[in-house]
Amino acid sequence: MSSLPIYATTGQKIWHYTFRVIVGLILFFLIAPILIIIPLSFNAESFFTFTPAMLALDPDGYSLRHYRDFFTNQDWIQPLKNSLIIAPFATIISVSLGTLAAIGLSQSHVPYRRTIMAILISPMIVPLIISATGMFFFYSQMGLWMEDNLGFSRAFSGYIKVIMAHAALGIPFVIITVTATLVGFDQSLTRAAANMGATPTQTFFKVQMPLILPGVISGGLFAFITSFDEVVVVLFVGAAAQKTLPWQMFTGLREQISPTILAAATVLVAVSVLLLATVEILRRRSERLRGLSPS
Amino acid sequence: MAEQMMAADGRTLKSSLNRALRRQKLRAMLLIAPLLLFIMLTFVIPIGQMLFRSVENQIVGNTIPRTVQELASWDASIDPLPHEAVYAAFAKDMAIAVEERRHTRLGSRLNYELAGISSQFRRSGRDVSDMGAVYTEQFVALDPVWEDPATWTTLMADPDWIAELAAWDGDGAEPAFVVSEAAQDALPQTADIYSDFARVTQETNNRSPTTVQPWNVVYAALYEDLTTGPAPQIDSVPAELLQDAATAAQGFATEDFRAAFLDSSNGWGDTRIWQTIQTFSAPYTAGYFLNSIDMQMTPDGVVMVPENQQIYVKLFIRTLIMSLTIMGACILLGYPVAWMLANLPSRQANLMLILVLLPFWTSLLVRTSAWKVLLQQQGVINDLLVWIGLVSDANRLTMINNATGTVIAMTHILLPFMILPLYSVMKTIPPSYLRAAKSLGATNWTAFWRVYFPQSVPGIGAGSILVFILSIGYYITPEIVGGTSGIFISNRIAYHISSSLNWGLAAALGTILLVVVMALYWAYDRIVGIDNVKLGG
Repeated sequence: MSSLPIYATTGQKIWHYTFRVIVGLILFFLIAPILIIIPLSFNAESFFTFTPAMLALDPDGYSLRHYRDFFTNQDWIQPLKNSLIIAPFATIISVSLGTLAAIGLSQSHVPYRRTIMAILISPMIVPLIISATGMFFFYSQMGLWMEDNLGFSRAFSGYIKVIMAHAALGIPFVIITVTATLVGFDQSLTRAAANMGATPTQTFFKVQMPLILPGVISGGLFAFITSFDEVVVVLFVGAAAQKTLPWQMFTGLREQISPTILAAATVLVAVSVLLLATVEILRRRSERLRGLSPS
Repeated sequence: MAEQMMAADGRTLKSSLNRALRRQKLRAMLLIAPLLLFIMLTFVIPIGQMLFRSVENQIVGNTIPRTVQELASWDASIDPLPHEAVYAAFAKDMAIAVEERRHTRLGSRLNYELAGISSQFRRSGRDVSDMGAVYTEQFVALDPVWEDPATWTTLMADPDWIAELAAWDGDGAEPAFVVSEAAQDALPQTADIYSDFARVTQETNNRSPTTVQPWNVVYAALYEDLTTGPAPQIDSVPAELLQDAATAAQGFATEDFRAAFLDSSNGWGDTRIWQTIQTFSAPYTAGYFLNSIDMQMTPDGVVMVPENQQIYVKLFIRTLIMSLTIMGACILLGYPVAWMLANLPSRQANLMLILVLLPFWTSLLVRTSAWKVLLQQQGVINDLLVWIGLVSDANRLTMINNATGTVIAMTHILLPFMILPLYSVMKTIPPSYLRAAKSLGATNWTAFWRVYFPQSVPGIGAGSILVFILSIGYYITPEIVGGTSGIFISNRIAYHISSSLNWGLAAALGTILLVVVMALYWAYDRIVGIDNVKLGG
């Protein structure tokens, strides 16, 4: 496939190039919608399409007004702040609990391993709308309970609810990535450490952790993006005070407000490029460390 | 018998090893336990509660318990309307429910089953406090002490409660009212409704029964008690009080509660209303599940809802068909890309993989907004088509707010979930097999179809189930680009949660969807194994 042998017939040559064009078109279909919003977000007008001025590459057709709006308008700043509060906390919970559990699960004698695994992965499999429906009923009671018995303010208990819900959604990703890393982990290293007098805590932090760290971090990034992107559950569980960036975009799209959405989308694309790059680097590093990949 | 092997601490080796194994298991469980508990609390219990809610119907029995009890013996085929006792019980239940502001909630619950009930409850909720006023007036005319709340507490309250109240320093909530046993024996109906009155006064209205005159229905209950048996004796009040009241009550004018309700709203004279209440008085009901497959529980048994209201079966079928379409589109588009990825040299393949992973990592909202922008009538694609001359400016294509929009956008969103599992399977197929097939004389097509394709089927299976599971429960994208003809069952669930507030129906629809997904999940686990789910290649 990679290159055409010299003895290829004309038909084979035609097919070879047609196939490349087809694949190219599919990749274009995958990437183009994401890329096209970037120039559109610099539109000087409040349109969702290219203006004649933009097509003529006239500098007056472009402006940063939507970005200015995004970074100054309270309607966007507050959701951005909320997203930046909720996602990190949810990530910390998912990563800490998830890593411990993944280590437990990777040991050789775990009773009911399959069942436990199925339960822990279920938040990823159950459609979000169902999770959100279930959480809607339960979390509203939990919120009232927290306000009455623990004396939390409504806003504070609202954040706790959303953080807990998002942590639950992020956990499967941490479990999957960390268990995958642990498959390649040589258990004799921990025994060797113990043999040389390390306490279990020392073994964990000095031997095991550095080796599985790439998996933990990429799991964490998955958990982060899950929370950062999530809209259905927060829509059902949160109140207006917990409005996140995706929520604001969702209402914006439904009610057709302004092209500021495109500026927000471009910022999010930049974030995802950053995250993707980090995960890729980590994955390669981890494969190199474990000697799984020749490249 | 051979001597057993001993460990250093003097135990047998076998028990020592067993102990070590037990300890290892315990340690593993201790590491897993916190997360398991967390998931149970934040995820599994909420889902379980939703399942419970799909059959739960305690609101009827909890809000109007006396009515439900009286109504049990009513047979609509004999009497078109329930007898007076039902209406009297209903007046009591409503008096409590109105004070606690629960009657409208019950009204909306029953309105799902019979349209129009809700307004009956609202209307009569305003009138119910006047029902039974005849009795109050006559008791008060007989002896003004009946107007005094203190008379009632002396008559009804447990002596311990009175002592407790006297000792109470006014800090915090008043001690909860306790009805005396003597009153329960002598005036059973009055004691029953009066304790509810006292509870509501204390809990809901934050007042004391010692300062609030009882409701009219309490006087009505007292009249009932006094006229049904011999004059009762309660030691806490002067004997003449009850004696005189009992004698006078024989000559009291009475009130017809049925007439009072019919007067308030003539809907209460409709047999169907009472039949509906009777049908839905059980604490658990299959009603919501029947509703979610366009059926209805009526007094005459289970029937289909009217043709023009049948939407759910259609919606389930549409959800399935559209998910299958999306799945098919993903297979068609994903297969060539995965093939190319698996057959390129690793450097180029990695570069191409990034093109697949970028959409995977990009926010769902970003991708949905992109499609919203692109597919609009005044959007980029239509502009381009008009510019090329494929469509005229007047006939711009409608690609959004319909099923087309949903299928296009969701295929784009879910495509990486097809490509990645396909790719990981295709990577393991040795290219030499294809070469071998060709050198044995197979044409390109035969070699692909008979040799390569069968080996890639597990990848197609894994990707298809994944895409199907994801698409069947999608909410955001159909909501934004689907209009009315491109929405899924999940949009209906969200509608019932946030707009119509028919939570029982939302839970039942969710449960059905969950069962479908769980079956697919089980299949996925069988075919691929949940441990083998891979993320990002």
